[in-house]
Amino acid sequence: MTLDELRKIADTERQAQQKFPHHVCVCIAAGCLSSGADLVRDALQKEVAETGMSHEVLVKGVGCMGLCSAGPLVAVETATFANVTPEQAPDIVRGLDTGSDTAGDGLQHCAADMPFFQRQKKIVLENSGKIDPERIEDYIAHDGYRALVAAIAEMSPQEIVATMVQSGLRGRGGAGYPTGLKWSTVAKTGEQEKYVICNADEGDPGAFMDRAVLESDPHRVLEGMAIAAYAVGAQRGFIYVRAEYPLAVKHLKTAIKQAERLGLLGNNICNSRFSFHIDIRLGAGAFVCGEETALIASVEGKRGTPRPRPPYPAQEGLWGCPTLINNVETFANVAPILRNGAAWFAAIGTEKSKGTKVFALAGRVTNTGLIEVPMGMTLREIIQDIGGGVPDGKRLKAVQTGGPSGGCIAEEKLDSPVDYESLKNVGSMMGSGGMIVMDETSCMVDVAKYFTEFCMSESCGKCVPCRAGTQQMLHLLEKIAGGQSTPADLVVLEELCDLVRNTSLCGLGQTAPNGILSTLKYFRHEYQQHIAGGPCPTCRPTEVAP
Amino acid sequence: MLVLFTMQSDPAQPPLPSDDKRWKIVEATARRHGREPNALIETLHTVQECFGYLDETALRFVASTLRAPLSRVYGVATFYHYFSLKPQGKHTCVVCTGTACYIKGAPALLAAVEKTHGIRPGETTTDGELSLLTARCLGSCGLAPAAVVDGVVLGKVSAAGLLARVEKGIHP
Repeated sequence: MTLDELRKIADTERQAQQKFPHHVCVCIAAGCLSSGADLVRDALQKEVAETGMSHEVLVKGVGCMGLCSAGPLVAVETATFANVTPEQAPDIVRGLDTGSDTAGDGLQHCAADMPFFQRQKKIVLENSGKIDPERIEDYIAHDGYRALVAAIAEMSPQEIVATMVQSGLRGRGGAGYPTGLKWSTVAKTGEQEKYVICNADEGDPGAFMDRAVLESDPHRVLEGMAIAAYAVGAQRGFIYVRAEYPLAVKHLKTAIKQAERLGLLGNNICNSRFSFHIDIRLGAGAFVCGEETALIASVEGKRGTPRPRPPYPAQEGLWGCPTLINNVETFANVAPILRNGAAWFAAIGTEKSKGTKVFALAGRVTNTGLIEVPMGMTLREIIQDIGGGVPDGKRLKAVQTGGPSGGCIAEEKLDSPVDYESLKNVGSMMGSGGMIVMDETSCMVDVAKYFTEFCMSESCGKCVPCRAGTQQMLHLLEKIAGGQSTPADLVVLEELCDLVRNTSLCGLGQTAPNGILSTLKYFRHEYQQHIAGGPCPTCRPTEVAP
Repeated sequence: MLVLFTMQSDPAQPPLPSDDKRWKIVEATARRHGREPNALIETLHTVQECFGYLDETALRFVASTLRAPLSRVYGVATFYHYFSLKPQGKHTCVVCTGTACYIKGAPALLAAVEKTHGIRPGETTTDGELSLLTARCLGSCGLAPAAVVDGVVLGKVSAAGLLARVEKGIHP
């Protein structure tokens, strides 16, 4: 495969698509699929066939369009429709014919100028909702694999690593380690067996960014991995993906086969000496496997327990070989950076956090779904403008970021910008990108209990502080929530949090107290109310978890 | 001594536990990964896909075909939540207890199914009709609260809606 051949495929595909005057895109990512998007697509295809418009209208299943709460979503040239039912298919098709998008009665419009769409900046999700994730040609027609082919033909591995360093990209899995630095560490280990692993074990409850990327644009991740492998000198790659994401797995498998067929993966890629094979490994529902050393153990077919670092996987990883592990979203950023240059990427975002971040916006907010914003946007802008604020006239109370490892940020701190440092300063963390909005009906002691229960049951049991500490923390929280505690319990709880945070082996234990500490920081009075035995104004005992 | 000698030098694979065709699919997964112990999780996934759960026969077979100690196979099978050592009911109801669903009322959904069918999460009704399960996160947070009944995802579901859907599954 050369750049010319790639361009030919892209041109052929574009011409084939342009033959159709009308394009109808139906979101068939998991969110809309649960709302019946496949039925909508079938109805549209049937309608097009029956009205004899097969040569004019292209009905295409595409990836996530973002506004999951309004699904199924259907986009035509001039408009996007929300909450579409199969019965509305004739209205939509008729609307195309007459050239007016208001033809059908009862069709709900998503205004193109609504802040939900306007305030976002899409890099990772640029193809999401536009291309058919099961066709490599569609990806190539959208500049896909150009970065990989150009990199192999024109750049040395050192130049690629240098570009990544200059771009300022940081790991999107949560901790924010500089990606370029990680790549150069693996590259410097010399010529030997090396691996590239894509961490797609998105275990955080309330997060579905990686799933959306894998379902909507799987080739982008493969391209990023292949570029990484070329840059660090790896021959084999693994994608460790949750078994709970069957659609993502299916699209990945298809994508790998297609890329191999075109010689973009496999032996002697682009007729060079570079060979790279990617295999899929299914996770099996262990949150701790998001930790890199636990993930490696799981790929090796073992129990997913972490081990002390150093040595870091970059030096000693899978089967003892240097291993580059990056998150899905990190790999998804690679191709655009190489295509547009490091300076372009570094111009987006804040001084220390470059580029954009994808968030899964959920909870008590009007527009729930998948969003991508430039780093540095404030939490308030995200929730009020993009999210459309809290529904039902309720008051915004807090926002939770970073999953069980992160924390709750109180309403008064919402003007802090979204970047790695700022979120840490307000007691939470970037995490992988779950963002859950809570209103006045959420009791913060209950929320802390929820996350502590999660960490306790997900603790792998290898180190004592995490195994026993999380259990004791939960026990104390249950006492407090049940109104059977004394002020002394709160002192013990805080001491315990400090101990678990500082002595646990891996990130799971080290961050497990964050849920408690952040709620204590901003909502201590709610704990005290519970301890004093008074009725907590927000507690809804009927809805407390079993 | 002769017996021991032949056992060590004979690379022949252990016989399939029965002539059930599904064992051949399990065999194929092990073979595709070169019968290396690192294929353990992949092979267990295949067993669960074929049989719905992992019983002792399956664990013993996987151990011998991958030449891994039974203790390690059992350790892995019990470590990961996705693997089930008990058969599921004819119908399954999975309630998502991810953060977004929790905030939006997943506990009420769980309580409704528990009360109506008299089972707790992880249990199956005595007639084997229904299993109640929880999921850490279905990734359908945009549609919270969400549940899955017999493989169909229900978004923005109410307790009454969920119970009705479960009932429809059992008595169509």
